Amino acid sequence: MSENTPTPAAPKGKKRLELDPRLAAYKGIWVFVEMERGQVHPVSWELMGEGRKLADVLGVELGAIVLGGDLKQTTTAAETAFTYGADVAYMVADAILTDYRNEPYTKAMTDLVNKYQPEILLLGATTLGRDLAGSVATTLLTGLTADCTELAIDPDNRGLLATRPTFGGSLLCTIQTLNYRPQMATVRPRVMSMPEAQPGRTGRLVTDTLGMNEADIIAKVLSFIPDQDQEKAQLAYANLIVAGGRGMGKAENFQLIWDLAEVLGAEVGGSRPVTHAGWLTADRQIGQSGKTVRPNLYIAAGISGAIQHRVGMEGADVIIAINNDPNAPIFDFATYGIVGDALKILPALTEAFRSRLAVDRRAG
Amino acid sequence: MHIVVCIKQVPDSAQIRVHPVTNTIMRQGVPAIINPFDLYAIEEALHLKDKMGGRVTVLTMGPPQAEDALRKAIAYGVDDVVLLTDRAFAGADTLATSFALAQAIRKIGEATPVDLVFTGKQTIDGDTAQVGPGIAKRLGLQLLTYVSTVDEIDLEQQTITVQRRSEGGVQVIKTRLPALITMLEGTNKIRFASMDDMFRSARFAVPQWNKDRAGIEDVSKIGLKGSPTVVSKVFAPKPKAVKAQMIGADGDTPQAKAAALLDVLTSQHPRLANELGLIAG
Ligand SMILES: Cc1cc2nc3c(=O)[nH]c(=O)nc-3n(C[C@H](O)[C@H](O)[C@H](O)COP(=O)(O)OP(=O)(O)OC[C@H]3O[C@@H](n4cnc5c(N)ncnc54)[C@H](O)[C@@H]3O)c2cc1C
Ligand SMILES: Nc1ncnc2c1ncn2[C@@H]1O[C@H](COP(=O)(O)O)[C@@H](O)[C@H]1O
Repeated sequence: MSENTPTPAAPKGKKRLELDPRLAAYKGIWVFVEMERGQVHPVSWELMGEGRKLADVLGVELGAIVLGGDLKQTTTAAETAFTYGADVAYMVADAILTDYRNEPYTKAMTDLVNKYQPEILLLGATTLGRDLAGSVATTLLTGLTADCTELAIDPDNRGLLATRPTFGGSLLCTIQTLNYRPQMATVRPRVMSMPEAQPGRTGRLVTDTLGMNEADIIAKVLSFIPDQDQEKAQLAYANLIVAGGRGMGKAENFQLIWDLAEVLGAEVGGSRPVTHAGWLTADRQIGQSGKTVRPNLYIAAGISGAIQHRVGMEGADVIIAINNDPNAPIFDFATYGIVGDALKILPALTEAFRSRLAVDRRAG
Repeated sequence: MHIVVCIKQVPDSAQIRVHPVTNTIMRQGVPAIINPFDLYAIEEALHLKDKMGGRVTVLTMGPPQAEDALRKAIAYGVDDVVLLTDRAFAGADTLATSFALAQAIRKIGEATPVDLVFTGKQTIDGDTAQVGPGIAKRLGLQLLTYVSTVDEIDLEQQTITVQRRSEGGVQVIKTRLPALITMLEGTNKIRFASMDDMFRSARFAVPQWNKDRAGIEDVSKIGLKGSPTVVSKVFAPKPKAVKAQMIGADGDTPQAKAAALLDVLTSQHPRLANELGLIAG
């Protein structure tokens, strides 16, 4: 009775795997370009790259949905969307959409879907994206698969194959939305890689109106308090991360992690036990119930490599694991492993980096 | 004020194992718990009740065993519970789940109108964060997701002001009741069950509602039939073929291991070394 509990498809399920021909009117792939405070969330471009691949497989257009309060900002976002692969951008610019609010955003999105009928709609699994996706899917009465890690097209019925981890990453399941359109999916930031922008690439701009008055909208944003610690929000997009786990022993020992991070100019993260114990703030947790990261370098000290941690960081290019247990699971998927006491290895690494770094990263 | 809190009973996923050969979940012996994120919703509801009066009803949809989760909720001090259970609900995805829960909340509201509905941020098994928004849309409630603090409720004016997490900051938002709140984790601490409530919980006759009792006539909207999504495949993640290359030998000093690692990085990963500004030692 749980959402999408993976009861492997029974034989009778097979019959349902055929696409209803009435749905053929729905064509094209859409990516929601998420803007908050005029800034496009990078997950939108990651999805644009993924959407481009799917659109090419299907031979259909890739559309960008740009909603916002300022015409200049939305136009810039639409133009940027073209450079990341969009063929067409559907844009609604209205002062009502300045701050994210569920009601007007849901209306803008569902109106566009009903008018132009895309077959697939992708959104980032951010707080905003999840709020919007759940509302849009219920309003349109269609299927939505959350937190996908892989998207592909079923060659048999041209449907979307949305794969997501289940049971804390111990298993993966592939989910299809057969008789409803659009097929909706969300993907967490950093799960897909960032595509290369193609400067100069352009597309078709379609402008629509919201058709709402401020007086119709019940919810009012009284104020917005930006996060104090700007770095917090940066962890998901950090290129270099030093992370510590329970093996660090106690809160004070985390200084060794911070020291190494400082020399490298890296961000600091940790496993769940560490954030639960208060050695790090909760928004520095990496893994299934924390952040997904995709740095060029991930140094993990005293982290065992449990699946819930692994799913959040295995996209890193180079993973260096330090663990005193030669059989720790993290050595099964790290790039390099050092067996030893993290409390001794970390200071040695910090020193080695300090003496061999050509530029002082703190200065840069 | 009448508050309904939706909770789900989930397997304690820390203890879930996957059968290495058949790739099926081995549920035997895995304890069922209240979805940890839902405890924040229960506590916030109880806190509001302490402050403003009113009653708290906890609702769950699940198999008959989910009664245990409701007893636990009573022990925390909630006034009433409803177990929505029917074979016809089996196989529900988020859309079908939100339909059934919305219908039950409608029924609950017939006796005492509902001002506020709480859900958790997400479940640890479904993990979709969609059931809350789904219920809100179906009931036409004002949706407030990822709420960290309820600042003010004005029952006379029927307004509510909350702080909610959004990308890069906190939004302070004011809207009208009835509303649905999905509660952010770490925002409060679930209270201890009192002795009185534990006794009450043990004796409590948990009402079980089937689909008819919840006023659901259209079976095409619930369970597997009402679910647009189909699980077409379940499989184990591919194990990575290559294991870590181990740096240094057993007796090496930490310094020697660190130096060996930096050598490998400079020679094998020129781009990364370049980014770091690493020079050959
Ligand atoms: C629903 C759910 C969601 C979860 N979400 C997350 C999540 O988002 N992120 C997450 O990280 N976890 C998550 N977990 C928890 C996860 O299952 C693991 O328990 C957790 O990742 C383990 O953290 P750890 O590696 O720091 O600790 P441990 O597993 O205890 O590992 C500590 C490691 O340190 C090593 N060690 C000990 N002393 C030293 C030393 N002196 N030097 C070097 N090494 C040493 C040990 O050999 C061991 O390998 C989740 C669990 C559940 C059930
Ligand atoms: N079967 C259920 N019964 C009652 N509440 C539920 C159920 N499933 C989900 N919920 C609520 O919806 C929230 C989000 O669930 P999910 O969409 O599965 O992540 C949970 O935290 C619960 O509060």
